[in-house]
Amino acid sequence: MSQSLDAYLLLAAGLFAIGTFGFLAKRNAIAMLMSIELMLNAVNLAIVAFALFTPSLGAQGSVIALFVMAVAAAEATVGLAIVIAIYRNRRTPLVDEYASMRE
Amino acid sequence: MLDLTGVPVLSILLAVPLVGAILLAFVPGDRPQLVRRLALLIALVTFGISLAAVLAFDPAQSGYQLRETTSWIPFFGIQYDLGVDGISLVLVVLTTLLSWISILASFGPIQSRVKEYMISFLVLEVGMLGVFLSLDLFLFYIFWEIVLVPMYLIIGIWGGANRIYATVKFVLYTLVGSLLMLVALVATAFSYQVATGSWDGAFSVEKLVGFGFDPTLQLFAFLAFFLAFAIKVPMFPFHTWLPDAHVEAPTAGSVILAGVLLKLGGYGFIRFAMPIFPDAARDLAGPIIVLSLIAIIYGAIVAIVQPDVKKLIAYSSVSHMGFVTLGLFAFQEQAMQGAILQMVNHGLITGGLFLCVGIIYERTHDRTIAKMGGLAAKTPIWAAAFGFFIMASVGLPGLAGFVGEFLVFLGTFAVDPLAAAIASLVMVLGAVYLLWMFQRVAFGEVSDFLKGLGHHLTDMTPTEVLTLAPLAALTIVMGVYPALILDLITGPVNELLAALGPATTGMLP
Amino acid sequence: MSFFAEAGGHAGHGPELADPTAQLLITLLMAIPLAGFALSVILGRRLGSRPWVIAVPAIIATWLIAMFLVWQTLFVGAYGEYGITFTLYEWIPAGQFRVDANFLMDNLTAVMLIVVTTIGMLVHVYSIGYMSHDPSKWRFFAYLNLFMFSMLLLVLAGNYLLVFAAWELVGLSSYLLIGFWYHKRSAALANKKAFITNRVGDVGFALGIMALWTTVGTLNFTEVFTLIPEKVAGGELGPVLMAGICLLLFMGAMGKSAQFPLHVWLPDAMEGPTPVSALIHAATMVNAGVYLVARSSPVFAQSAGALLLIACLGAFTAILAASIALTQKDIKRVLAYSTLSQLGYMFLALGVGAWIPAIFHLVTHGFFKGLLFLGSGSVIHAVHEEQDMDRMGGLAGKIRITHLTMLIGTIAIAGIPPLAGFFSKDEILGETFKFGVYEQAFYVLFVVGMIVAGMTAFYMWRLMGKTFYGKSRVDPHVEPKIHESPWTMTLPLILLAIPSIGIGLALGWPLGDSTIKHWLEPVFHEAEVTLGRELPKVQLFGIDGILIVIAVSVATLGIVIAAALFGIGRKDGRSETVRSLTQRIPFGPALYRASFNRWYFDDLNHLLFVRFGGVVAESAAIFDRAVIDGIVNGTAKVTQGAGDRIRRIQTGKVQNYALGIAIGLIVISIVLLFVVTR
Repeated sequence: MSQSLDAYLLLAAGLFAIGTFGFLAKRNAIAMLMSIELMLNAVNLAIVAFALFTPSLGAQGSVIALFVMAVAAAEATVGLAIVIAIYRNRRTPLVDEYASMRE
Repeated sequence: MLDLTGVPVLSILLAVPLVGAILLAFVPGDRPQLVRRLALLIALVTFGISLAAVLAFDPAQSGYQLRETTSWIPFFGIQYDLGVDGISLVLVVLTTLLSWISILASFGPIQSRVKEYMISFLVLEVGMLGVFLSLDLFLFYIFWEIVLVPMYLIIGIWGGANRIYATVKFVLYTLVGSLLMLVALVATAFSYQVATGSWDGAFSVEKLVGFGFDPTLQLFAFLAFFLAFAIKVPMFPFHTWLPDAHVEAPTAGSVILAGVLLKLGGYGFIRFAMPIFPDAARDLAGPIIVLSLIAIIYGAIVAIVQPDVKKLIAYSSVSHMGFVTLGLFAFQEQAMQGAILQMVNHGLITGGLFLCVGIIYERTHDRTIAKMGGLAAKTPIWAAAFGFFIMASVGLPGLAGFVGEFLVFLGTFAVDPLAAAIASLVMVLGAVYLLWMFQRVAFGEVSDFLKGLGHHLTDMTPTEVLTLAPLAALTIVMGVYPALILDLITGPVNELLAALGPATTGMLP
Repeated sequence: MSFFAEAGGHAGHGPELADPTAQLLITLLMAIPLAGFALSVILGRRLGSRPWVIAVPAIIATWLIAMFLVWQTLFVGAYGEYGITFTLYEWIPAGQFRVDANFLMDNLTAVMLIVVTTIGMLVHVYSIGYMSHDPSKWRFFAYLNLFMFSMLLLVLAGNYLLVFAAWELVGLSSYLLIGFWYHKRSAALANKKAFITNRVGDVGFALGIMALWTTVGTLNFTEVFTLIPEKVAGGELGPVLMAGICLLLFMGAMGKSAQFPLHVWLPDAMEGPTPVSALIHAATMVNAGVYLVARSSPVFAQSAGALLLIACLGAFTAILAASIALTQKDIKRVLAYSTLSQLGYMFLALGVGAWIPAIFHLVTHGFFKGLLFLGSGSVIHAVHEEQDMDRMGGLAGKIRITHLTMLIGTIAIAGIPPLAGFFSKDEILGETFKFGVYEQAFYVLFVVGMIVAGMTAFYMWRLMGKTFYGKSRVDPHVEPKIHESPWTMTLPLILLAIPSIGIGLALGWPLGDSTIKHWLEPVFHEAEVTLGRELPKVQLFGIDGILIVIAVSVATLGIVIAAALFGIGRKDGRSETVRSLTQRIPFGPALYRASFNRWYFDDLNHLLFVRFGGVVAESAAIFDRAVIDGIVNGTAKVTQGAGDRIRRIQTGKVQNYALGIAIGLIVISIVLLFVVTR
């Protein structure tokens, strides 16, 4: 275990950047959902790291991380369900094609 | 005099059409005749209650009567506060009268979605009555906006070919004004709270009148209120929504629009804008009088060449309502009394005119003046009725229109003879556009278009006569015995003038 | 009521409060015709072929009541020198401005009542015959009753606003009656023109009333007449303001009495049935303006300038109308222009301060002009609704009673003694001449008046000659069917012929000390004192005699020339001479055309108001649509357009938004890091 918070934060920032890029660049809905997971995990990492280096926080950091995981799981479930529902209708996972709500 | 102490007459007055509207919702829609009769009954009961309120009212007493005050949103000092003085009382009766007449007049013309129509009408009545009864600015504002919704539906669903354009224009135009008014209203309440340190009475008309707000607030708040009311009246140059709305609205919609809705603006000036911001009202009286004069003359001139009867009457409304604002902002006793009288009389007369136009439209499905001609021979009773209301609108003495108009002239003359001279030109112009229209519609040979209608062109039915008769009778009564209204409004007008301070003479440059 | 008692006490010689009987009678006087109108309208069609069973008895009852009141006022003197007054109810109680429905019955009213009710009644009777073939005659009788109500209200009203109300109501009845045959386009145009032209005058009248109220604070006649002189004496009312008030009030009179330039409606009003022309447009309603000025004599007397203008305008109208009457072909139009001309005389009289002769002429003119119109109606009836005099002629032997009565009317209007017109016209001209001492301009007006007298005699005999004398030019199909009218029509003619002969002598003799003078002296006393113009004693063998001789010679000359040109008895006129005569005068043909085309006033009005006014209105409407509504719709368009553009930012792609968020975040971070921390 490294003794420096910076290292954790750098890693978290890197993960977050990858997730953000993935979310912005990918056109596939599944890939976008995965990118969101990546960003959430980056945040989780940062939270846990802060909790580790801030003794007064105690177990709270871990609890928040657990919350985030639960929410991420729920989000992924709902998101995937929607994607599957749309996929059945439109036969494509690419979000560009989902334009019927425009106009 | 009827003693109604302890009876919440005004709440009942509001509740009856509201509850009636809810009840109507449960009547099966496939029985339109039942719906119509029920709606008429409800409106008639409301009318009866308003008459009871008149009997319970004591003209000798000053201030508001039949008062009902309940705390509503105590944190901001907002109250459910109802009450009437002579001015609002006559307008309330005008509203309930025109409401039942309009409902009766809709029996024939409205054949689709009768239930929804009648519900809209009753809700509309609640809104209009609420505006006249509210003594709390917040409550007033709510009723003011309620009025918009059913009117929007009435024009938008049961209107003519171009109804969507007209109704959107009507709603947006009116909304622009009233939203600014909401801002001004909140600003006024805030400034009251800051000055007194308490929210108590921050929305109460009685507390705000004579409070003496600082001049800058008065100016801006008055301008915001002015815009809202001027659009509603409508004053030049905010009048263009009116002809469109009238042309597209169904007959009864036009009757209510001209008869009551326009009066909401005039009433707003009397009850709110002028007494709460007296200094600003005085400062701006000059320009407003100029605008009123333009409306009076300009409305009449534009009316001359209108090809459509309804549009012509709409422009005549612009002209006639110009008298209301002229009379109000002359800051003179007779002029103000005349203005209020004119509001009532215009409601009666223009209501009658629109009903007449509607009756002939039912048979011809056309309102183009050029296609008409010789109706006096084909439908003599109709022509007589139309001629009667036209003469009343021209301002024939002995009929309602004259007294109000003359009092406005007279009061204005006492303040500014030139303004009165300009305004009195409408005596000629009014005769020109109305009589010319009447000549083309009713006199001369029967036009080919009308001949082509054959036996469809029948004279008025008894129901139609019944809708016009009360208006005609009141038109005569108000012309011969205007004391009926004048006695009611003299007190409030003097109180208002006292709140406004003395008139400054010679407001025209 | 108490108001009046005070006013009377204040003035010292105001009218007394009416006793209950008089109150009832005066109320009935107006209530009966009104009830007749209402009943006729309600029952109208159910009355079948005899719709006059309500209207005519109602007017006869009115006439009887009126005669009783007249007798009480003028002969018994039961109501005192200054008449009686009472208040029916408070009409408009608007704070300081209080107007009662109050009535004033004095000698002037009584004289007006004689004319209005007598001619009114006779016209009602006449209409039974004249309108017998009309299918909707119930409407006619209903309107006639309405008119009688309005006219009685006009002469009985006790304040200016009530007069104004009656003023407009007679206008309404006139509108309805001119347009009685509404299916005729010309009638529909004429009644509208009459109403609108009258309205122009009414604007002035209304403003005058407002000015009166703002200066004296009341509109009751008796109070105004005491307060105005006080204010003038006190210096509160300057001469300019006073003249302004007078001229505004006079504008109303100009409209109703059809004085130049508001005279254009009266000839067109002949589109109405002939009894209407006789009653409303000759004998009663058109006199309302004269009555108004006479009634307001204490006000008008305060402004000599305004009076001079009235006199000039009256004289101008008189000569203008007479010059048009010379050439008209339509029998009713000749009479219409003659009415204008005679009304001009009355205003000339009022303007020079000859109040009593003005009213005297009103009375005599009412009778003989009513007679002439009814006679012309009988002629028109006889030749089957033909009004063009070129298609008449030689009728004298066929319709004897009509001819005889019309002859009496013609001599009366021409001013040949001892018929009615002579006395009143002579008094007007005589006083104009004598008042020349006070105002030089009156001499000019006197000369104009004399010329008009000659012209009157000429065009009236022209009418007689073309209609009754010489060879017949009647349509051969109609010729054998010419017949005298039924007795309901001839009886009124005869009954009107009697006063046309005798009323001048009865009321106007002896000169300078006549009955009419005694009657009206109390009414006009104050005005005469204010003006301060005194008449010298009558010298029958002096100046007055000379004036009479001149007037009679001028009239006779006119008749003689006309008789030579247009025929008398069996003898035919010489129409070729008329043509060659006009040819010989310089500008003769042009003048003839101008006169025939009524000096192009109608064309001018058409150009000015219909054409030009139409353009103004049309451009105002375009302005309204394009500019005012254009701004509204423009605002809507701009908003819509802007929304349409901005909408494109909303792509609906989450990634685009997310990119925005990311970029925003980065920008904020950079700002925080590099700008704020530094």
